Amino acid sequence: MKFYDKTHECMERPELLKLQSERLVALVKKVYDNVPAYRKKMDEAGVAPEDIKGVEDITKLPFTLKSDLRDNYPFGLFAVPMEKINRIHASSGTTGKQTVVGYTKGDLDVWSDCISRGFVSCGIEPGYMVHVAYGYGLFTGGLGVHDGATKLGCSVVPASSGNTARQVTLIEDFKPDAICCTPSYALFLAEELRKKGHKPDDISLKVGVFGAEPWSEAMRQELEANLGIKACDIYGLSEIMGPGVACECEERKGMHLQEDHFLVEVIDPNTGEHVKEGESGELVFTTLTKEGFPLIRYRTRDISRVIYDKCACGRTTARILKPQGRSDDMLIIRGVNVFPSQVETVLMEFSETSPYYMIYVDRQNNHDTMEVKVEMNEAFFSDKISDINGLEARMKARLNSLIGLSIGVTLVEPGSLPRFEGKSKHVVDSRKI
Amino acid sequence: MAGIRQISVFLSNQAGRLAEVTKTLAENDIDIIALSIADTAQYGALRIITDDNDKAIRVLKEKSFVTKINHVLGIEIPNEPGALSKVLLAFDEKGISVEYIYAFVGKSGINARVIIRVNDNDRGTEVLRSIGIPLITEDEILKK
Repeated sequence: MKFYDKTHECMERPELLKLQSERLVALVKKVYDNVPAYRKKMDEAGVAPEDIKGVEDITKLPFTLKSDLRDNYPFGLFAVPMEKINRIHASSGTTGKQTVVGYTKGDLDVWSDCISRGFVSCGIEPGYMVHVAYGYGLFTGGLGVHDGATKLGCSVVPASSGNTARQVTLIEDFKPDAICCTPSYALFLAEELRKKGHKPDDISLKVGVFGAEPWSEAMRQELEANLGIKACDIYGLSEIMGPGVACECEERKGMHLQEDHFLVEVIDPNTGEHVKEGESGELVFTTLTKEGFPLIRYRTRDISRVIYDKCACGRTTARILKPQGRSDDMLIIRGVNVFPSQVETVLMEFSETSPYYMIYVDRQNNHDTMEVKVEMNEAFFSDKISDINGLEARMKARLNSLIGLSIGVTLVEPGSLPRFEGKSKHVVDSRKI
Repeated sequence: MAGIRQISVFLSNQAGRLAEVTKTLAENDIDIIALSIADTAQYGALRIITDDNDKAIRVLKEKSFVTKINHVLGIEIPNEPGALSKVLLAFDEKGISVEYIYAFVGKSGINARVIIRVNDNDRGTEVLRSIGIPLITEDEILKK
């Protein structure tokens, strides 16, 4: 199979712009009529639905920010009644509040279509066995990819995340053709397979579709060499839809955006103005077809470039190059979004005063590590080492349960961590991606 | 409360930290009577008994050390085989657990002096009395 949906993936640009324009006009009218928060923002900006006649009018509309999602937590931006919502997902948020997203039946259908398109462009065929090692749950990765692979007609192994020994056994025994997980976890699996004596040639996998965290070309080469696969990048944000918003093809020269469903703009994050075509800037998306939780001009804070020339694979869609980073402070650790403030929230539970702390992120043996150093105070301290060890263990357990990651905790002396004037910088990220 | 006051100080495992504590005490003319350290790879807990605990706490706090006061039992036992064993067996029999223990030098130099941290000082004191082991009071320990 070369294309999953040739009509939309290979559309000529004038035709695509016409389709996007029709969908945008309908979307703007719909959110204005159904979502009070959007109506208020548009009224304040002095723009009416009838002012939007096509994609060229997009800049008249106000941006939607992450803070808008927070302010309307949990369901305030949903555009349909709850009984029409078929699925809810959520991702970690900055203030302890999750970012909640809702999908109608139609949205889930579009989502799995997008993932099927991406899978086919990466070389996954119907009938392939696909091992899914993304976490299943509120995180969009597991269930999103699962639905896409199911729709494509693959044999899906819903392994979910964790329990590496079992994952290795499943790969050895079931012999899947493709794997989906975070790239760092794939490298970890490759290492475990190698330790058990497997060579890249005798590992059954042919294709890997990796996403949910930034990764480099060097990492791609390592993954391809260690697993004997073709490694492709998949892009998405839960706010926009989840994985599958864009995905690489076998050329692996940028991720094809599913442009009939998502309109992309690239802006200067400081001015909000469009950058020149092909230049680097913040990605801004408008969900053209989403029913449950549509977003207009959502600022992702992902910094990247978008190119429009026709790809050798035959697709005409715009391609997003590998994001270079995020303009805010969110960390992606082993595919999990972590905000320093979440760590702070946990630490605050253990003391009446605000503790001084630092977060150290590194990547060891291709595995992200996160360590928190926190200053000891008298409320914590005991003459018994077992008490202090117990405190560290309780902090670790609390961080693990709230954030979903194993995070190391070390208690240090007061005054030994850096102090900041003005905006503090609690994170030292030493990963070389 | 039964026992002798002990000061614990939290120390990062970093060169010179212990010396910083002893320097602070020396500058303030405070004598360390008993001392022990428990440590892990990352940090240690220094436990000291000084000849002026109130002043010691004050000057250490001024230097931003994290300190904690708690009470420990001090005993004087004959310096001969089986003397400590008798005490620990008696604690064990009564279900009193020993958190840590350390010895220090007494004035006379004839008997052994031992600090014991148990989970229940009042019951620990009772047990010691029942087997005829005298407890050292804070006043006694401070006598030069």
